[in-house]
Amino acid sequence: MDKTPQTEPRQSWTFSNDVNSEIRRAAATGIYDIRGGGAKRRVPHFDDLLFLGASMSRYPLEGYREKCETAVTLGTRFAKKPIELKIPITIAGMSFGSLSGPAKEALGRGATMAGTSTTTGDGGMTEEERGHSEKLVYQYLPSRYGMNPDDLRRADAIEVVVGQGAKPGGGGMLLGQKITERVAGMRDLPEGIDQRSACRHPDWTGPDDLEIKLLELREITNWEKPIYVKIGGARPYYDTALAVKAGADVVVLDGMQGGTAATQDVFIEHVGQPTLACIRPAVQALQDLGMHREVQLVVSGGIRTGADVAKALALGADAVSIGTAALVALGDNDPKWEAEYQKLGSTTGAYDDWHEGRDPAGITTQDPDLMARLDPEIAGRKLRNYLNVLTLECQTLARACGHNHVHNLEPEDLCALTMEAAAMAQVPLAGTNWYPGKAGF
Amino acid sequence: MSTILDMAETDLRAVNTTLQAAAKDKANAAYTLTNPRGSHAVACGLDGPLSVTVKGSTGYYCAGMNKDATVTVEGSAGPGVAENMMSGVVTIEGDASQYAGATGHGGLLNIKGNASSRCGISMKGIDIVVHGNIGHMSAFMAQKGNLVVLGDAGDALGDSLYEARLFVRGSVKSLGADCIEKEMRPEHIALLSELLEKAGADAKPEEFKRYGSARKLYNFNIDHADAY
Repeated sequence: MDKTPQTEPRQSWTFSNDVNSEIRRAAATGIYDIRGGGAKRRVPHFDDLLFLGASMSRYPLEGYREKCETAVTLGTRFAKKPIELKIPITIAGMSFGSLSGPAKEALGRGATMAGTSTTTGDGGMTEEERGHSEKLVYQYLPSRYGMNPDDLRRADAIEVVVGQGAKPGGGGMLLGQKITERVAGMRDLPEGIDQRSACRHPDWTGPDDLEIKLLELREITNWEKPIYVKIGGARPYYDTALAVKAGADVVVLDGMQGGTAATQDVFIEHVGQPTLACIRPAVQALQDLGMHREVQLVVSGGIRTGADVAKALALGADAVSIGTAALVALGDNDPKWEAEYQKLGSTTGAYDDWHEGRDPAGITTQDPDLMARLDPEIAGRKLRNYLNVLTLECQTLARACGHNHVHNLEPEDLCALTMEAAAMAQVPLAGTNWYPGKAGF
Repeated sequence: MSTILDMAETDLRAVNTTLQAAAKDKANAAYTLTNPRGSHAVACGLDGPLSVTVKGSTGYYCAGMNKDATVTVEGSAGPGVAENMMSGVVTIEGDASQYAGATGHGGLLNIKGNASSRCGISMKGIDIVVHGNIGHMSAFMAQKGNLVVLGDAGDALGDSLYEARLFVRGSVKSLGADCIEKEMRPEHIALLSELLEKAGADAKPEEFKRYGSARKLYNFNIDHADAY
């Protein structure tokens, strides 16, 4: 007798294996999942945009022959000493504590060789980073861990952190496993305890106060240092406008794909806007205030390739900033550590328990044995190489669009592959002259 | 001999440039600022032995990030006075607004009047003596140092406290999460005596109660979730 045909077992899209595994984990532990990195969900991104290239109306520049400039100056509004970078790609703020000393040194080495800046993070300035970074941006965070006027003065710029893309409106927690004697000492806290990084500044609230805070920082540093204001991708138009009103020299805008050392997964995946959706409103705010290019815009969150850099610049950014990609360039999530990732219950490319301090690559750890795996000179060279590739790729695309400076890239060089990307980037859907929201539909 | 800088005639940048240079000279010079008229960021970023007397009230962040200098405000101070102070002495003859001594690492902040909310927020080693009362959420997430209050404390004193020591002579409206009253041992009496003497406060250490961290929130524990 023929067997009765059976329907294939069907997995629920709503209750997928991934979702169910999280339910089981939550039921077993009673606590939310904490991890590092940025949003992992698929969101409209730079991949959804294409460059049009040169045509009858645009003349391309000759690759390898005609110059395409990449230099950018940040902090031209008020600072006596703006930062001049050779490339429009900077290294984002990442703390000593979340990262090892050798990792911070490698970031400094790589950034310096490539002619760009690196940035401190929560936890203060380390000698490794200052010593190896020709241009160092000193973050001024709500926790003020390690904050002191001497480091403020030996920084090349100051970045007042209001928010970050992975967790706009949220603070942080560096778990006790990573709080060694050195980390604890820099933060004025006991060893081994979880260290909360506050979600808002202790001595100002709102843009009116921030304006006065920036005045104080400028008075302390003789008005020499550019002051950046970093915002998470929440309300980019108004946040940018208010940062400018408060007196920012530079606005750093971090979308939801921007990473963090440790935050609740629910926060990372469900708060904030994709980077792509943030750029045009921020640029619009600058243009409405007559401040586009006078107050520079640095965009971060999911920058991986020279194409991403070029697209961010075309949408109006002056520079981009990379964090996660820089760590990958140093050696984070390298397949050579697969066996160890497996032991930690993860796999190459997915490892994100940076807060636990057991990083096989020796980057997001304070364990001396693991840290020793990262050679800061070799890792620094890898970062330099990667930054060079990003720059070359960006130049290639700019030349193809007929531009002799990457800052001459413009929205008119782009089209979008999806309706969502067209709406967010405000560039035409491919094959049309229209994007959602544009009048005339 | 004190050099007078009249802030009605000299702008803030010039005043701070003069004071910062004088502090750097380490010549123990003295300056008197007149007509501050609530200016912000007055005498901030001083780095060296210098005596500054401000004749009147100041705005935000007076004596911010002070190192080694002695700053006296003969009036009241706006928000964030002596924020992130590293060392030296800052004295406020009147009242201080919110966030007084925020994130301070060292030195003495001596407030002769009252201090508003969040006094000593995230303090990291500073000593703060308030001769009057303090407002709510004072010593929030305070890490190190000593906060001495001769009057009363408002709601949620020492919420999420770390290792800072709090001494209050008057009443405490309520304690914040993880802040508890602790035994006043001889070493605390001795410490308090020293602080009161430095601040010129007319009070006996035995009249104070000590508050500190219960240390139950030091490592996240789901069983303590109700405290957050």
